[in-house]
Amino acid sequence: MKMIMTNFAVAKTRKFMSDNHDVLERVIIKFAGDSGDGMQLTGTQFTNTAALLGNDLSTFPDFPAEIRAPQGTLAGVSGFQLHFGSINIYSPGDACDVLVAMNAAALKVNLRELKHGGLIIVNSEGFDARNLRLAGIDKEDNPLTNGSLDNYQVIKIDITKLTRACLEESPLTTKQVDRAKNMFVLGYLYWMYNRELDNSIKFLGDKFSGKPEILDANIRVLKAGFAYGDTTETATRRFIVNPAPMPPGNYRNIMGNQATAMGLIAASRKAGLPLFYGSYPITPASDILHELSKHKNFGVRTFQAEDEIAAICTIIGASFGGQLGVTASSGPGIALKTEAMGLGVMLEIPMVIINVQRGGPSTGLPTKTEQSDLNQAILGRNGEAPMPVVAANSPADAFEAVFEACRLALEFMTPVIFLSDGFIANGAEPWRFPTTAQLKDIKIKFTTEKNDGERFLPYKRDDKLSRPWAIPGTAGLEHRIGGIEKEHETGNISYEPENHQFMVRLREDKVEKIADHIPPQELDSGPAKGKILLLGWGSTYGAIKTACIQARKEGIEVSHAQLRYIKPFPKNLGELLYNFEKVIIPEMNNGQLLQLLRSRFMIPAIGINKVKGLPFSSGEILEKLKELTSTTKEHA
Amino acid sequence: MPEATPALKPKDFVTDQDVRWCPGCGDYSILKQVQTVMPTLGIPREDIVFISGIGCSSRFPYYMETFGMHSIHGRATAIASGLKSARPDLSVWVVTGDGDGLSIGGNHFIHLLRRNFNINLLMFNNQIYGLTKGQYSPTSEEGKVTKSTPMGSVDHPFNPIALALGAEGTFIARTMDRDPAHLKEMIRRSYDHGGTSFLEIYQNCNVFNDGAFFVYTEKDTKKAETLFVEHGKPLLFGAENEKGVRLDGFKPVVADMKDTSNSPDDLWVHDERDRVKAGILSRFFDDPATDGHFPRPFGVFYIEERFRYEDAFNEQIKQAIASNGEGDLDKLLRGRDVWEIH
Ligand code: SF4
Repeated sequence: MKMIMTNFAVAKTRKFMSDNHDVLERVIIKFAGDSGDGMQLTGTQFTNTAALLGNDLSTFPDFPAEIRAPQGTLAGVSGFQLHFGSINIYSPGDACDVLVAMNAAALKVNLRELKHGGLIIVNSEGFDARNLRLAGIDKEDNPLTNGSLDNYQVIKIDITKLTRACLEESPLTTKQVDRAKNMFVLGYLYWMYNRELDNSIKFLGDKFSGKPEILDANIRVLKAGFAYGDTTETATRRFIVNPAPMPPGNYRNIMGNQATAMGLIAASRKAGLPLFYGSYPITPASDILHELSKHKNFGVRTFQAEDEIAAICTIIGASFGGQLGVTASSGPGIALKTEAMGLGVMLEIPMVIINVQRGGPSTGLPTKTEQSDLNQAILGRNGEAPMPVVAANSPADAFEAVFEACRLALEFMTPVIFLSDGFIANGAEPWRFPTTAQLKDIKIKFTTEKNDGERFLPYKRDDKLSRPWAIPGTAGLEHRIGGIEKEHETGNISYEPENHQFMVRLREDKVEKIADHIPPQELDSGPAKGKILLLGWGSTYGAIKTACIQARKEGIEVSHAQLRYIKPFPKNLGELLYNFEKVIIPEMNNGQLLQLLRSRFMIPAIGINKVKGLPFSSGEILEKLKELTSTTKEHA
Repeated sequence: MPEATPALKPKDFVTDQDVRWCPGCGDYSILKQVQTVMPTLGIPREDIVFISGIGCSSRFPYYMETFGMHSIHGRATAIASGLKSARPDLSVWVVTGDGDGLSIGGNHFIHLLRRNFNINLLMFNNQIYGLTKGQYSPTSEEGKVTKSTPMGSVDHPFNPIALALGAEGTFIARTMDRDPAHLKEMIRRSYDHGGTSFLEIYQNCNVFNDGAFFVYTEKDTKKAETLFVEHGKPLLFGAENEKGVRLDGFKPVVADMKDTSNSPDDLWVHDERDRVKAGILSRFFDDPATDGHFPRPFGVFYIEERFRYEDAFNEQIKQAIASNGEGDLDKLLRGRDVWEIH
């Protein structure tokens, strides 16, 4: 497989592939430090360079819950996990090969994630008396000296001191100088993994354009980190991770929230409608707002509303006016929006409601990930208020999935829920991006003519049971819509019992009929008939896929399907499920899809449930799978 | 520019729906005046949108032959904000009540005012919850005995005019259902204002709060208890305008104009653009039963020209296109760093 770089100098793999170079298939690095240490940036930079070199990869940042948690404490630790390789990578991985710990707290929090015998790179200055105290470690118990790390390889570098020495001449303040120490780490790892600095130098040039002193300092420290690897004997080995075999195409690296924003813009373009995004800031959805607000030249309207309710109400107004209305939030915000979602169901106007799920209930775990809002998406409204529910299964997949959510909303005149989660939102992976021409067309047409002789019936339906979209400004089609039950076709207020039951059924049928217009459920891997099906939805995709690959290696026959459409289910889903003796559903909740499937298809599906605010590791799924296959006893 | 439609008559704005308010309700009069004003605006019906929330008043859109939405409780203002942002070309009207607008929808109400969309907000204030059959509202007077407050309400009420001023409103006015000429004029002036127009309309709920405003609306007390303010005119009231208001520093004082030592030249002359005086005027809000109270003002308290949200909002789109060019989707999807695999 041949690689061509664009926008980036071709990586000249160093000539001396001598005996101190090991070729690795895949590596998991965890960058960890205080939230002020810049580990997210270091991780992202290393990731982008790996992506440009053609490695397949998956990342997962682990943010501290508080924005300004006390420095040096366990609560202030910020982490970034990168899994990259010359093979296909589907998840950020399980145990790490390498742990970068900028201080004692970062080591303490992350050590249990490190493989036995793994490599630890520490900033020794982060283990002084003060840092030990802040991390709650006794001075006598300094892990760097007490022998507790004997089973690992430890590289101690006084990064703070070296950074300061490198910038001795710099006019920057000590505080500014210290902030550059993450570049030392980056440079050092680039040396260790044989990567060029060009991409990061270019990035720094953009980031600090107009701040020549800071730019100069960062580049100098980056190079110093690299040189430090070259000249010292801290590490005896260097590593090579070759490009991964990926399907041919053009790739870029992308994060989930970014992919979501792009999917929305793409849908708005394909539908020929301006995107109206009404939103209220909330973790972890806000980055969609930030991303969209950068692209106003695409006709994107971003409205930061006074609250969650206003956010969804503004998009109801915009949609009534003929734009593509989209709002996003996370669980607590979605809870506030539910009444307006019900209004959307009654009005039958297109809108997309994005839930970037986080740990719940209530405020729960804002910076952590969970899939526990599925019930809320399916059922969380008063009355019989059906809405299609579409879920993304990875950061890059968010693009296509949200595009599809927009398509359904517009073509079927209905609110649609799009489910993402914190893991997808902040995770990143290579994306084989499409061209505009490859994207589906979204067919919408505003109604401009009366549809019943001299009358206009706003709720007269087409064969999809969809109603006309007649926007203000269309002469002769003046009409009123509202949240009170309406008479079939005319849309006038009606309290008639028969009419109500009819309309309730009609709205349900309309959503169920969408199943005629979505692709059938396919298997991701494995035989179409057999003993075990692992069925997932959303961000569990990578972990399940990896677990399946491993299971097959170990002789366990297993198939895997990942749902994108949860309401309505694809038409063939029942048939697909009945072809397996056991259906196992891993979910980051207490079994919400499990219940839906049990009640819908009457199958004794089994759940693997994890509700820790953290994604599944493939190992956890594999272990459970083995347990479930070795016994006939069913786990409820 | 929308074409003028001189041919339209008030009846062209009447829908085929039966009006369902209680007989004698003040809402009828408001509906009639709105339907009277509409044809004079020169806007085609299809460019007009009425949006309401929940409450008696909120049935309004169903009776207007325009585009309309009867939404959910308290949210008409937020929905209208989205619509007006998306479609500045439309004439957007919000119909709300004291409960819908100031209680459940209080937050959107203040934010609508500060953003200053060109939206006309008609707030029917009847100081009671009518649709839910008679509980006190956020404008009900202290001690109000209702179904939910048999021992009297312990809530202190809002002063809607003062609230609108505090929320940076740019057009703030009060009128009443039982003075059709004034009502009509105030509706028209609300429309004429280029930003958010807040019109508080005292409306009689003859079923649950009958006579709440009779002291202002009925013949025998109206002249003495109301103060109709007009820009550039002195503040006068009473059966024969025999009373005036002058300012002693920032303190309003009622002057007996029959007393010749009080010169009409010393009276407070209403200035719609004077925010400080509008603030003082908004405090003419005391209980008409108390001694030394001031008459209740009607008319336009305050007007200010300020940029409109929808203009600035859409201007940014134009600016972004001017400086970055019309968005190129393929370029956006490619991003900065791309690699190709063959
Ligand atoms: S309850 Fe009161 S406000 Fe409501 S319609 Fe009847 S009279 Fe009018």
